[in-house]
Formats: sequence, C-alpha cells, structure tokens
Amino acid sequence: MAEKWLWMLMPWRGCWSSRGKRDGQEEERHVRANDRDYNDKFPYADNHIKTSKYNVFTFLPINLFEQFQRVANTYFLVLLILQLIPEISSLSWVTTTVPLVLVLVITAVKDATDDYFRYKSDQQVNNRQSQVLRGNLQNEKWMNVCVGDIVKLENNQFVAADTLLLSSSEPYGLCYIETAELDGETNLKVRQALTVTSDLGADIAKLADFNGEVICEPPNNKLDRFTGTLYWRDNKYPLDNEKMLLRGCVLRNTDWCFGMVIFAGLQTKLMQNCGRTKFKRTSIDKLMNTLVLWIFGFLVCMGVILAIGNTIWEQKVGRSFSVYLLWDEPIRNNNVVFSGFLTFWSYIIILNTMVPISLYLSVEVIRLGHSYFINWDRKMYYIQRDTPAEARTTTLNEELGQVEFIFSDKTGTLTQNIMVFNKCSINGKSYGDVYDEFGHKVEITERTACVDFSFNPLSDRKFRFHDSSLVEAVKIEEPSVQEFFRLLALCHTVMPEEKNEGDLVYQAQSPDEGALVTAARNFGFVFRSRTPETVTLYEMGTAVNYQLLAILDFNNVRKRMSVIVRNPAGHIKLYCKGADTIIFDRLDPSNQDLMNTTSEHLYEFAGEGLRTLALAYKDLDENVLEEWMKRLLYASTVIENREEGLADLYEEIETGLMLLGATAVEDKLQEGVPETIACLTLANIKIWVLTGDKLETAMNIGYSCNMLRDDMSEVFIISGHTSSEVLQQLRSAKEHILGLSRVSSTADVEKTDEFSDDSVFEETIIAEYALIINGHSLAHALEPDLEQVLLETACLCKTVICCRVTPMQKAQVVELVKTNKMAVTLAIGDGANDVSMIKTAHIGVGISGQEGMQAVLASDYSFAQFRYLQRLLLVHGRWSYFRMCNFLFYFFYKNFAFTVVHFWFGFFCGFSAQTVYDQWFITLFNIVYTSLPVLAMGLFDQDVNEANSHRFPSLYRPGQLNLLFNKRQFFLCTLQGMGTSFLLFFIPYGAFCLAVSDDGSHISDQQAFAVTIATSLVIVVSIQIGLDTYYWTAVNHVFVWGSLAVYFAILFAMHSDGLFSIFPSHFPFIGTGRNCLTQKSVWLVIMLTTVACVMPGLAVRFLKTDLYPTLTDKVRCLQQASRKLRPQEQNLRRVRRTSSRRSAYAFSHQQGYGELITSGKNMKVTASTAGPSPPLSPSSPGRVHNSRSLIESTLKRKGETPVACVSAEAYGTSGTSEGNTRTQQTLMD
Amino acid sequence: MMKEELETANRPDNTAFTQQRLPAWQPMLSAGIVIPGFVLIGLAFIGIGVALFIASQNITVLERDYTGVETVSDCYKCSNPSVKNCTCKLDFSLSNLFEGPVFFYYGLSNYFQSQRAYGASKDEYQLSGDLDYFKTPNSACSPYQYDANNNPIVPCGSLANSMFNDTFKLYQMVNGTKKLVPFDGKGIAWWTDYNIKYRNPSVTPLKNAFNGTVKPPFWSKPAYELDTSDPSNNGFVNQDFLVWMRRAALPDFRKLYRRITEGDYASGLPAGNYSLEIAYNYPVLSFGGRKKVVFSNVSWMGGKNQFLGIAYLVVGSLCVVMSMVMLIVYAKFKFPEDDK
Repeated sequence: MAEKWLWMLMPWRGCWSSRGKRDGQEEERHVRANDRDYNDKFPYADNHIKTSKYNVFTFLPINLFEQFQRVANTYFLVLLILQLIPEISSLSWVTTTVPLVLVLVITAVKDATDDYFRYKSDQQVNNRQSQVLRGNLQNEKWMNVCVGDIVKLENNQFVAADTLLLSSSEPYGLCYIETAELDGETNLKVRQALTVTSDLGADIAKLADFNGEVICEPPNNKLDRFTGTLYWRDNKYPLDNEKMLLRGCVLRNTDWCFGMVIFAGLQTKLMQNCGRTKFKRTSIDKLMNTLVLWIFGFLVCMGVILAIGNTIWEQKVGRSFSVYLLWDEPIRNNNVVFSGFLTFWSYIIILNTMVPISLYLSVEVIRLGHSYFINWDRKMYYIQRDTPAEARTTTLNEELGQVEFIFSDKTGTLTQNIMVFNKCSINGKSYGDVYDEFGHKVEITERTACVDFSFNPLSDRKFRFHDSSLVEAVKIEEPSVQEFFRLLALCHTVMPEEKNEGDLVYQAQSPDEGALVTAARNFGFVFRSRTPETVTLYEMGTAVNYQLLAILDFNNVRKRMSVIVRNPAGHIKLYCKGADTIIFDRLDPSNQDLMNTTSEHLYEFAGEGLRTLALAYKDLDENVLEEWMKRLLYASTVIENREEGLADLYEEIETGLMLLGATAVEDKLQEGVPETIACLTLANIKIWVLTGDKLETAMNIGYSCNMLRDDMSEVFIISGHTSSEVLQQLRSAKEHILGLSRVSSTADVEKTDEFSDDSVFEETIIAEYALIINGHSLAHALEPDLEQVLLETACLCKTVICCRVTPMQKAQVVELVKTNKMAVTLAIGDGANDVSMIKTAHIGVGISGQEGMQAVLASDYSFAQFRYLQRLLLVHGRWSYFRMCNFLFYFFYKNFAFTVVHFWFGFFCGFSAQTVYDQWFITLFNIVYTSLPVLAMGLFDQDVNEANSHRFPSLYRPGQLNLLFNKRQFFLCTLQGMGTSFLLFFIPYGAFCLAVSDDGSHISDQQAFAVTIATSLVIVVSIQIGLDTYYWTAVNHVFVWGSLAVYFAILFAMHSDGLFSIFPSHFPFIGTGRNCLTQKSVWLVIMLTTVACVMPGLAVRFLKTDLYPTLTDKVRCLQQASRKLRPQEQNLRRVRRTSSRRSAYAFSHQQGYGELITSGKNMKVTASTAGPSPPLSPSSPGRVHNSRSLIESTLKRKGETPVACVSAEAYGTSGTSEGNTRTQQTLMD
Repeated sequence: MMKEELETANRPDNTAFTQQRLPAWQPMLSAGIVIPGFVLIGLAFIGIGVALFIASQNITVLERDYTGVETVSDCYKCSNPSVKNCTCKLDFSLSNLFEGPVFFYYGLSNYFQSQRAYGASKDEYQLSGDLDYFKTPNSACSPYQYDANNNPIVPCGSLANSMFNDTFKLYQMVNGTKKLVPFDGKGIAWWTDYNIKYRNPSVTPLKNAFNGTVKPPFWSKPAYELDTSDPSNNGFVNQDFLVWMRRAALPDFRKLYRRITEGDYASGLPAGNYSLEIAYNYPVLSFGGRKKVVFSNVSWMGGKNQFLGIAYLVVGSLCVVMSMVMLIVYAKFKFPEDDK
C-alpha cells in the first residue's frame, strides 16, 4: 500500500522543477508559528507541488522547444529548410515534413500523456486532507498548508510537510515514525519534542497562542540533518533532526501529534532529495550515435563526390547541352563551381534517408515494446506481494543483454532479511532435523509436516518448525530444554507490543533476536511484557515475573549479551548468549564434554550456512551480586574510562558459565538465489556482493548462496588498516593467483569454447578464487593509487565480497569497474543505501516490495525477487540485445540499399540530384512500406526460445563481447546495402537501355524506371527481412505481406487518375504503375534483381552457419530437432553447500539497547507504568544514566564505530540517539 | 487457503502475446531447403534466360545513325546549325522481309532528359489545360517562362521547348519509283498520358486559348498547329509531344516515332531498297549528341534486349554453382548435431 501512496508523494519523473526553482539566496529561514503575515514576507514555497511541466497553453511551445533540442529533430528541421530553397530543393518538402511531423506528434502525445498523469498525481497529493490549526482545527488541503502553520497528525497519516514536532500523545513528547519512503527503513524511529513544547499537549488554545520563532538552515536535501533554534518566551532551544517529522514519513503507534511546518512543498527534504535522475544511455545508443556521425560523414563525402561530378559535368557536357537546357543565372556566368556547390546541398537532401528519422522513432518503439514485455512477464511476477516486474526506464533494454558485472546488495536482495529459528542443540542433543522411519534425514521442503503448536494459545502462527521431538522435550518438562527457552525469552532487548489479548508483536532491533524470542514463545516460554525492572513470561501458560537486575549489553568487542534476573523463587541467575568461541572461553571446566558435542553440532549448523549462538547460564549468589552491583553503580558514574570499567566488570561476572546449548538461525535466502547465481556465473557474469554487513555475516551468506565454496582454491581476505597493508595483501593475492593459474591456464582456454555448459562449469571451478575485502580496507583500496591493483586482483577472482561498505563506497566500487573495465555493470539492491550504486551503474535494479521504495525509485528495473534477475538478463536482456542488433543491421542495410541508388543514378543524370524514385515513395518508404516488418522483427523475434536461453547461459556471451552489432557489423551491413543498391540500379539500367514494351512503345522513361527500381527494392528488402526473421508470428506475416500489399495499393492509388485530377502537380506519376507493371519484361527485371540481390547473402549465411556455427546456431538446431520430442529439462546442478565454516557472532546486533530498556525510555505507557518516569533504583545500573548521559554514551560509541559513514559528520553535530544509530547501522546493511 | 486471499490485481495477463509465446513458424536455413532451392532457382533462371535469349535473337533491328558526322553521309550537309530547313536522305536495303509490325524509333544519345532542372522545367497545370497557368506559367519553366516581351510561353519550360522536331518519310524504291510507306502515328504515347495527364483547354477553337501567349522559341509552329489535320492529335495531346514529354531515364534513349501497320506493309517491310527522307531540324552536334533511326519488331517480352537473357543465364548459373559449393561444404563440414 505504501508504494502506491508514494507515487503520489513523490512523482519521480518530474523532479526537475525542484532544482530549477531552487532559491539560492536563502541563507537562513525564519518561521514564526501561527503568524501568517510574518511568514508571508519571505518567499517560502507553499505546499503545492507541481511536477507537471506544461499546461494547456504552454504545452505546444515548450514541448516543441524541447523536442528540437534533440539533434535528430533539428537535423531534419535543417533539411526541411534546405528543401524550401528552390535552387537546391531536389525533393519536395513533403518528404521530410511528413515523417518529421509524425515523429513530433507521436512524441508530443507521449509527453502530454506522461505530463497528464503527473498532473493527476500532483492533484491527488495536493488535495489530500490534513488538519490545520487556524484558530481552531480545520481540515485543509495539503496544498494550502503553509510554512508556520500548526498541523495535527494522527496515527498512520502521512506527514504533509517538514514539520517541527511540538507535542504528542505519548509521554516525553515522543512519537514514532516510519521513514520507509525516505530512506527505505521499515523499522520505527523515535522523534521527541522539546520539553517546553510537549507541555502544550493537545490544548488547542495554547497551541494557537504558540508564537515561537524557528531560525534554521535553508532547504537542503540532507535527510538526516537539521539544525535550527527555537526562540520562545525569550529562551533559545536548539533543534535537531530528532525533532523533525519529514514529509513522506508516516506516523505510527502514536495517536496524535502536533507539529509546526518549517519547509513546505518543493522545499521539503523529500522533494529536495529526488534529484534529477542521470540520463543513462546504452552502449548501443552511443554506437548508434557514432555510426550516425559516420554516416553523416559518408553522406558529406558522397555529396562532395557528386558535387565535383556535377562541376565536371557542367564544364564538359552541360555547357554544350545548354542549347536545350538554358543555364540559370549564376551558372550562365560560367560558374560551374557554384553549380557544384548547389548540387552538394541538393544531394545532401536526397541522401539524407541514409539516416532516416524513423530510425530513432523505431528504436524508441522497440525499446518501449521490450519494456512492456518485461512488465507483462508473469514469470517475473511475484504473487506473494502482487508485484509485477517493472521496466521503469524504457531506454536500457538491450544493455541487459550485455551485462558483465553484477553488484548486489545482500540484505533484502540475496536474503529476505527474515531470520528463522532453524535448529538448536540443547544439552548435547541436536534438534531440528527430520528423520524418516528408517532413520534417514529428510530434506525439509514446503510440504514437510510442521510441528503443531496449538497447545500454546500465544504461539505465533507463522512460526514453523519441523522436528516434533523438541516439543515433546518441552512438554515433558526437561529442565535443560526449559532453561534453554527461558534464556531465549529473557536475554534480549526485544520490546513486546500486545494490541489485542494474545496478539503479540515483537519489536526487535535485529531480526535474529526476534527469531529467537519468537521461537521461545512458540515453545511455551512466551515473553509477554516488560517494564524497566521486570520481565513477564508465560511459561507453559502460567505467568512468571522475573525481576530484571541488569542487562550486560552487547557490543562488537564483547560479542555477547547477558541479563541478570531474579526469578519468583528468589534465585538469581545470569543468562548469557553470544558467539560460540567467546562463550566457550568462559565456561566452567565441568562443561568440557558438553562443549565438545555442542561444538560438533555448531560445526554442523555452520556448515549449513546457519548463524549460530551459544547459550549459557550461571547461578549467582545474592551477596556476590550485591557487591558487584555496588561496583557497577560506582563504575557507571565515573567520568573517566567508564566504558572500560563497565566492560571489566561484565567480564568479571560472566565467568564460570554453564553451557546450555546453541541456536542456529537461518538467514533466509530469497528463493532460488544459489541457482540464479550459479546460472549467471555460467553466463560469465561476475557477481560482486557489496554489503554493509560484518565480514562474518557476509561470508556466511557467501557460502550459503554458493559464491564461496570450500573447494575454492583460495579465499583472500583483505582487512588491512593502512594503505600499505592493503596494497601488500592485494599484491600477494594477485601474485598467488597468477602464479598458480599459469599452470592450468592453457587447459582452460581450450575448454572455453566447448559446447557444453558442464565444461564451462568445470572450467570455472578449476581456478576459483574469492576476494573478501573489509570496509576499512576498501576505503584505502579505493584511493587512486591502489584502485588499479584492487581492480586487477578482484577481476581475477570469481567471487568478490565487500563488507562493511558505506553507500558511497558501493558507488565508488561500481564506478571503478564501470570506468576501467569498459564493461556493462548492473547494480541490484533494495534499500536506500543502494541508491547511490543503483544510480551509478549502467543498469540499476531495485527489489520492490521489501523495504520502502527508495531503491526502486532510483532504479531502472524493479522486481520482487532476486531470482528474476536471471530471466531479466538471460531472456529479456538477451532477446532485447539480439533484436536491437538485428534491427539496426537490417535498418542500415535497407536504407543504404534505398539511398545509394541515387548515387549511381547521379552518373546518368548529369549529377543533377534527380531522384530515382517518386517523391512519394521516398516519403513513405521508411515510414510505411518497410517500417512495420522491421518493427515486428525488433519486437517479436526470438533466435532461441526462453527455455534454451536459461539452459545455455553461454548464449549470453555474444552480448558481453558485443558481437552482434559493432562497427564491423555496421560495415558489413552498409556494404551489403551498397551492393544491393548497385544491383538494384544496374540490372534495370542494363535492361532499360533499350527496353521497349510488347506493343512497341518505349518504357525506358524516368517514371517506369523509378517504379521498377522501387518495386524491386521493396520486394528485396521484404525478402531480406523474411530471411532475417527467425520467429515468424502471425504479426510478422501480417506486417510483411501487408507491407507489400500496401506498397502496391499505394502505388496504384498514387498513380491513379483520380488523385491526379485533384492535384496534378503532386502526382505526376499517373499511369506509370499500370503501364509499367503490366509488362512481362519489367517483372522479369524485378525478379532478376531480387534474386541477384538476395542469393549472395543467403549463400554466405548458409556457408557461415555450416563452417563456423555459433552456439546460437547449434542451439537453434537442437531446438528444431527436439521440437517433436519434449525437451528434457536439464536442471542446473544444484550444489549442496558443503561448508565447514564456523560462523561467529554474525548477528546484526547493536549496542545501546540494554540501556534503553533499563532506562525505560522506550517503554510504551502501560497501565502499570503510566505517569512520570519510574523512580531510580540502585539495583538497575543501566538506569543510572539519565537521558542526557544516554545521549553522551551513544555519542561516544559513535566514535568507536569502525566504519566511517557518509554522513558521519552529520551525526557528530546533531544530537544522536538510538534512532540515528539504527539508521546508520541499517544503512550499512 | 492462503493463495486465495492473495491480491492479484497487478498480475499480468496470461496471453500468448504478453508472455511472448505467440505461435510462430521458425524456419531454418537447413541444407535440405537451401541447396535444392538454389538448384531450382538456378535451373529456372537458366530456362528463362534461354527463352529470353532466343526471343531476343529472333527480333530484327535496323539502326542507322543520321547525325551526319561523317562527310560521306548525306546528312552531313545539314549538320551545320546555320543551315535551315535542310532535308537529307538515308538509304538502306532489306534482303529479307522485315517482319511486322515494324516500329520506327528515333534515338538520341548523350542527351540528358534525366537532368533534374530539365525534367522539372514544365508546368503540370498548364499541360492539363488550366488556363490560369497559360497567363502565369510555373516559375520552374524559367528561362522559358516568359519571352523577352514578357509574354507567357505555352507550353513553357525547357522540356517542351526542346521537343524533337525532325520529321521522317519512308519510301520503298519499287522499280525506280518511290512508294511511300504509310506511318501510323496513333497510340504511340501512353493511353494515360493521352487521355488523362495532358488535356487541352476546353476552348474551341483551340487557337483562342493561346491568345496572349507565345510558342516556345525553338518551335516552328505553335502548339495548336502541331497537327491541324486531326484535332484529337493537336495541342497538348499531340502524340509526338506526349512521347517527348515522357522523358527518358538514361542519356541514351530511343522514342517511338511511328508504327508501320498499314496497307502493304502490315505484315512487315518486304525485301528491297528503302529511302528515308529526313527533315533535319534538330541540332545535337553542339553537345556531342547523336541521332539515329531504328526499325524494330517485338516479341512477347518486348524489344530486342540481349542483356536480360544473358543476365538471367549468368545469375542462374551462379545459383547452380553456389549450390554445388554449398553441397560440398555441407557434406564436409556439417556439424554433428545435424545427424539426427
């Protein structure tokens, strides 16, 4: 739903105007609440959004102006003007006008429709209702909301403009927002009003009297930053981003809040942020432009040759011929050079059809068609989310057939970002696998029976577990199992939310933790509610209240977290979960045996690509704890080295633990990811994973989706902290690869061309290396002097994984490959952090329907599942490329064949720029007689069907090597075209020299000659397209035969008596068709010409397929042969992961949540804790920090975050709280 | 159960078109089609070539240059442009019957009727009898638009002005006396030109339509006096004029002058001596042109045309040769997948 709303919020295409109108002068913004007159003094934008470009009156001039900015259109306009000069006009102006007008009209209609939809969406956004305080609360359209207004927002409403939060229904002036539309994060963020303003509450009178003035920064596009000051009642209050509700956010879990509008309309951060998308061009586009320039050069050359010819002719022949053809004024003065000059222009006009205007139009139409085929593809439609694939850019399709590098995000792209409690090991017994009656392990599929959790009314229905023995163990109340789940239910920082009785929703800061708590919930240990000092569990149906004494929070160094609780019986226990190696070091020696078994299980789990944690507990003595707590209280109040002091204390108590077992959580891959990656690798596409995750997590995923394998020759990990270290590591990796691969390289080369995807597969295995590079190393490696080494090394590796990468680095990596490798790059991602790389890469793909829309909005293509990438590239991309290449080849051929005839004729008409054809034929040839068949080919042709495109990924290779249409191919097609034109002219020439019809009258006249050549031409190019078409659908038949029929119909219509009698001077060809095409000899000429033109090409093609068959030819042959038998599906070898990697604490966990909980800051108001903050208790050390120190400590932690984030300095200046930390962390995912 | 609840509003239609599964014919250039195809086409072309060649061989053509370049020629005396109203004679003899119907052509070479400015120099409206354009001819006719006294020229333009104006009379020498061979000048132009494209203004007498206009400078008679004997062959619908106005595509061309279809000559020109009397008016030597007369008969495929027959034979043979090459290559190099 949110996606649909977003269309209205941010019409992405029209953002140009926000830049254009950007007010550069504004240096500081003064806004006074409820003071319309004061605010109106400044030229602040209102909340009216206009992304449409035109209105009814400006449409024509603006649109025409825009259209003539395109070179092609201007070119034809110039031609048109040339044609209006009588001295050089060799063709009627109609010939250029008709196509030009057609193109202009079609484009204008398209622009107008687009603009209309933009207008409609603007209207929809502008007319949405919001409540504005104007004396009292009244409903107002969004567009009438002004800067300085106080607006009321209710739960689940969109924020209408950038507003300063004044007060809210929640305590402390907190409110929760979802920023999915802004930055792609789905988790809730907290905003807090100033205490002074939150006291205003919902008192309308007070709010109406509020007259604070905000002085703040001018409008900008920094979503995470805001600086300003509120002046109210002679006091100054600093404002930061934590007090702002930005347009596009949605209010959640908050009944109402009031805000004061600071930025409106186009000046909101959302609108400022939707920068103009960089116009992407495909390589074919660039090639086409080069070729058009070449053709233009060629045109000028021909013009010059013919002009020189004309000069010579006038000098030698024309001068004497002036008996019958009296020269015009200038030439009469003996100036033959001037005549040549005029002829040059005349020939430019005639020969311009070598680059016909319909080329551009047809290319656009074909691309549009291909985009629709992508949109329509049901095999890229994801039914679960009702999301079809979408080609958001219609100009890049053929580039999809040329991709060499894929840069993929991890979370949400390769993985679903869903964690599933999959297995566990409790007290030395492993649970989670299903065995059949013979004791064999059963593969778990969708259909495997799930454990029935109906005994537990509070269970989560969506939770699935297949091993019923674990439930049995819980039911028989096995103590270790109970303790195991009790730990999971207690030791975490999850916040519960119970909307209705029994309808529990967990707000977990990391999905891993959520999965564990949910597992405990289902197995009967339901975490139901918490207060700062208590945790309430429902253990097998009975409520048990635990007193929460301390949370020993997680951080990256500790890699574990613990809680200390007192159970109702008064026993004090410490529960700890953490990375296995860390926990094992802190175990009581008595656990040795259990540790060994658990360790084995952990290996097993890790081998399956699961994320593991070890769990342990410890019984604590009351006295020991009391003494420890005192020290903790003291440690948490010291100013110096507080962190270290706390860490030491934690360390001290977390010893001598008793091992309980281990959990294994599956980071669920998206469906079909390993297969897709394997298939794309076979297509020789290199896949690089760029993730914000930790090294361990990234490697884990690398293994689980088969990018990393145990049988790889070497996995290089670059993790140097200095430039020289990184350089050293890269060098040695490179030397290692080159040194080793020299041995096997000869064998590889031979294998490459072999016709079997198995051999290709093996070839990839033989010399497989992987490079894993850490974020801080990447920062060094991307420096100018190191990037080449990085690139070379990385390109030698099969797999490249970059972890802890910032969004900016993602873009840099893409840019590095893009500029240095001359290869087509594709970036795929789902979150706001991927936007930069999506925009940088040649092709950006967004995963839609996951986290917000930011990535999708920036992308060129979007679909719901990573696996669709295979179809997008191998089927749609390959076809698009193939079709576009065929189209261009044929198009240039056809136009050369058509146009160069004039060149040959020049020698027989005194180089006078006399056209060979009827001018109507010239007008219609490209837009009527030959446009549809070639369009049909460009839209529908398939050399190899989709099944085989998937089956033989190597078919993708020609696209990457750019084999189907390049300069060589262009020369071939122009050569073929010129050859055809030569035959087209000289065969009729030979035949017509002395031609006489069978009634003796002469038919060797200009018009009969024109009709003969034109008819031959149309037939030849129709046959040629027939030969070029591999896939004759009904449409192709209709178009090809139809075009021929239309040609003859129009020919006879144009040559008919009726038209002539209306416009005698426009249809001088009257009767030619009748007189000429009834002659047997004319048809004999046409037949001869046709065969002579087509046969050589046909023979060459046949011999080529015979002598040097391409893979495509072979596959087509197979396809043909297996048409009768059903093609046996050859599945890609599904490789089971065989990793024996140990996973470390590969959780996307962050520190800081423990404090948040114990401080009670993020507690929702419940009946029990309503009212002001609970009294401080010495037994909860976390709460020693007041809110101020919380910010301080969070700030401090920011400093230790190893990876510099793009906007790190922004956090430094603005006050930071958990929301920001989270933003940053998630951004790096 | 879950599946039914799913919203599928955005689901693309499952049609053959949208899913790119349109039923299609996928022809392959297999050896089984290409090679026999080449052989067949080659053989057919050789057949047509032979037929054309034979047909062409059976056509008799008699061609005589009468430009008068050589001093021995009778027309030499007329080749000097200063000589007016010159008449010369061209004698020839036929040893066999020249089978009829015989067509009589005049030919010009190095004559650029295909020159653009030349071809454009006419007024279509004027020629279709529009009297408005008699007063103000199309500017494309310039410099033959108005004469020095600013009188409009009708028919205007270079094309009309340069109309071929040699006239011929053919005599058979029978026992020393000259027997006129009757010429048939009807229907030598295209039917469409005569009936639709060119029209005289509907003014009677025709002469009145031309009031206030002048004849083209090269013309000896105004347009309404081209054939005073036959009103339906006069003015713009004069057959000779129409033939001239249908301009040739190439610089060497021949145009039909008369048919010989009447009287004793309906079945052809009998063997004997003939004399062609030429009113030599049309200067061509200044631009290196040549004038000739041609007698020819036709076959089913038109006039004599060696080129077409030979071209068919050549293309046909090439097809056969190519099919051989392809057969050899196919037999030697076909790839193994083809075995089945």
